[in-house]
Amino acid sequence: MDPMLELRQTFFQECEELLVELESGLMAMDDGSAVEDTVHAVFRAVHSIKGGAGAFALDDLVKFAHIFETTLDEVRTERMEATPDVMSVMLRSTDVLSDLVRAAREGESVDQERSQVLIDELAALSGVSTEPQEPSEDEVNFAPVLLDFDLGDDDDDDNAEADSTDAVNAETDNAEDAEAKKSFIINFRPKPELYANANEASLLLRDLARFGDVDATCDVSQVPDLDGLDPEGAYLAWTINVTTTEDKEALSDVFDFVDGDCDLEIVSGSEDAVIAADDGENAEPNAEANTEAEAETAAGASEENDTEDNAEEDVIPAAEAEEPAIALVEEESEAPSQKSEPTEAVEAAAPAPAAGQKSAEAATGGAKTAGAAPATVRVDLGRVDRLINLVGELVINQAMLAQCAIDAGMARESGVESGLEELKHLTRDIQESVMAIRAQPVRTLFQRMSRIVREAASATGKSVRLVTDGEMTEVDKTVVERLADPLTHMIRNAVDHGLESTEKREATGKSAQGEVHLSAAHRSGRVVIEVTDDGAGINRDRVKQIAIDKQLISEDAVLSDSEIDNLIFLPGFSTVEQVSNLSGRGVGMDVVKRAIQALGGKITISSKPGKGSVFSISLPLTLAILDGMVVEIAGQTLVVPLTAIIETLKPDASDIHTIGSDAQVISIRGDFIPLVDIGSTMKYRKVTADPTKGVVLSVETDAGERCALMVDAIHDQRQVVIKSLEENYGTVPGVAAATILGDGRIALILDVDGIIANTSEAPSYQETPLAAVG
Amino acid sequence: MTLTILAVDDSRTMRDMLRIALCDAGFDVSLAEDGEHGLEVLSGMAPNVIITDINMPKLDGFGFIEGVRRSDDHRATPILVLTTESGADLKQRARAAGATGWIVKPFDKDKLVDAIRRVAA
Repeated sequence: MDPMLELRQTFFQECEELLVELESGLMAMDDGSAVEDTVHAVFRAVHSIKGGAGAFALDDLVKFAHIFETTLDEVRTERMEATPDVMSVMLRSTDVLSDLVRAAREGESVDQERSQVLIDELAALSGVSTEPQEPSEDEVNFAPVLLDFDLGDDDDDDNAEADSTDAVNAETDNAEDAEAKKSFIINFRPKPELYANANEASLLLRDLARFGDVDATCDVSQVPDLDGLDPEGAYLAWTINVTTTEDKEALSDVFDFVDGDCDLEIVSGSEDAVIAADDGENAEPNAEANTEAEAETAAGASEENDTEDNAEEDVIPAAEAEEPAIALVEEESEAPSQKSEPTEAVEAAAPAPAAGQKSAEAATGGAKTAGAAPATVRVDLGRVDRLINLVGELVINQAMLAQCAIDAGMARESGVESGLEELKHLTRDIQESVMAIRAQPVRTLFQRMSRIVREAASATGKSVRLVTDGEMTEVDKTVVERLADPLTHMIRNAVDHGLESTEKREATGKSAQGEVHLSAAHRSGRVVIEVTDDGAGINRDRVKQIAIDKQLISEDAVLSDSEIDNLIFLPGFSTVEQVSNLSGRGVGMDVVKRAIQALGGKITISSKPGKGSVFSISLPLTLAILDGMVVEIAGQTLVVPLTAIIETLKPDASDIHTIGSDAQVISIRGDFIPLVDIGSTMKYRKVTADPTKGVVLSVETDAGERCALMVDAIHDQRQVVIKSLEENYGTVPGVAAATILGDGRIALILDVDGIIANTSEAPSYQETPLAAVG
Repeated sequence: MTLTILAVDDSRTMRDMLRIALCDAGFDVSLAEDGEHGLEVLSGMAPNVIITDINMPKLDGFGFIEGVRRSDDHRATPILVLTTESGADLKQRARAAGATGWIVKPFDKDKLVDAIRRVAA
């Protein structure tokens, strides 16, 4: 790949990480959980973005990052207090910064107006709390000094050829056109600090020699006796005569690094000065520096060879750089330790297993150490998916093998069974590991939501705080990605519809600031994500009235509270008569519900008037494999997801009670639970089976509803690979998906929630909530 | 002689950029991601020139330079500071901390190489 493209990719990837760090840091500062380093980390994040953006000439980004950084610096250096107002500007600036990053990456145009607003706000902040000239001075410094550097190194900006041409020119100039040359006398007396900072007088003289003829005289008069000699002292001084086409500025630039660490005087000289340089030959080689300097400068003075040598020295490495792309590729293939971090981690870990990675690297000595970020490798998602599919096939194959062993009547002692058992464990381990590759913490998703909350809050004029919980909960990458839209909508809804206006909140004795709580947790093999608001709760009378007005339900429908709450998921339902500029974009909760269902998930509401609402999304951990119980019903083999099953039991006749004409309940430890015969629900048989002859599975839906399912027999408990039916057959009520069993037969996977919803006396309005796995 | 460079920067982009530019110019490059890491890496090598960022977690550029200058093996190694700011006081501070010179970001490859050649013995 083109190294610049790759670099660009790295940059934007790093930007994403820095933005996450920036935002979480700012939020920590905002809610007071920040530690000492937080503000520095936040500053660094913006600083790094600016630095990288500069390298890619992303001017909009640099400009914004710079003012942002300047303001953050005020906070960092405690010249400005991080008040809520300040933090609000910072957080909104983060949003703009991330927009700018995205725009730069996609090559899109940016909302100049919006970033200008924030630039003004930031400027106002940093300007108000300090002396006004300070930030502006900084700003003035930023660009021009950069230019200054350019000027000084003007020649070096050109490529190698130009460099060498210069040198050649200098020679020809010298011979033919002496008049264009000026001569300067430089008085240079290094201080000890110059050497302490690892600068070398001899190197500076060498540098000067690039500009033309150099004639240096060393003044050794200050060198003390050996007794009084401080080995780290600076006793030598030079008078340097330079004849060059360059101007004074170029010469003084050579001494840029040592400015202040030496006494320096550069004066325009005359021809006389050149003659004076003869004294230089008398300089005694007392000190090492002197010897070196002489070797360099005396040669430079007597012959032009030195100029040539120097020119060559410059040309060689630069010429090597002629083919950048190729050189890089070779470099990388020759030096595997540089190539990728994982390789390096392995290498480094080997010699010093006890030490941490970093010290291990150090221990490998001069070995090249590439960036030692947590070792990661970027893999094409398609490859992971292929692996996941293969593991799915492996699971099926393992089941088939087990079946074969049974069919062939393998003796237990043969070891085949224990071998198969081991294979089963391994298969499961592989499956989990492969799934873990795709798993991602929901953190990034949650962090995006904080922005949604801020935007929604400012659009509605409400004061809202987002509290997140369980950010490190890991979910399949696809799920994380596909949750973004529905979750965004739910968060907007919570702020827009859920929370009351500030006045209303105060009138009802609530805190003026509303709270939206976003949490994620693993719960019995599923991931549950909840959006909770402390608003007014669902106004059931109004919801019902709207549903009637929109002819979604009949006027005389008798609905339970939870049924009314669920009305908002109906297509075409929108509670806000006046469409606000936030939620009411024609996208209702039905779209959210469908998106969640498409992920094999369920969404439920619970709401308490005056206290708020909870929207709960329950998602499968993986979209590919599930643990199921293989059961037989009316000669059919079916799979019931294990996550739904609480217990299995052989019911006693006395536990079964009939209600009404045909509805049955079963008493389990004093609880009466509706009894459902799957056989008749699925229309496998016409007559309801006798519960006492079969087995009862006590199941629980995601909403917490319990139900008892009647099956004829339980065969096995195993992992099954989900094969979606939706793509080929469309949604089938009561069926979530299908799978292939070990013996090659196909079995349907039951949608427990769907079955229960189907059999309970559904009100006429109810949409059949089917899980769609796939 | 191939010069060996140790480059210390907390930004992955910047490290990559330095690595590419320096390898291109024919240098041997080692990288470290903050001052602390830089000192660790340094303990196992003897670079001809060290390049370091200033703003870094754990141990910043100033602290790193001081650490280098304290060590007997590396106190004479030239150190170039990478900086976006080029304010005089920042240069002053860098010099006070023991930096040999500086490179203003964003740098181009030639400037970078030139600065290295300027300080490398």
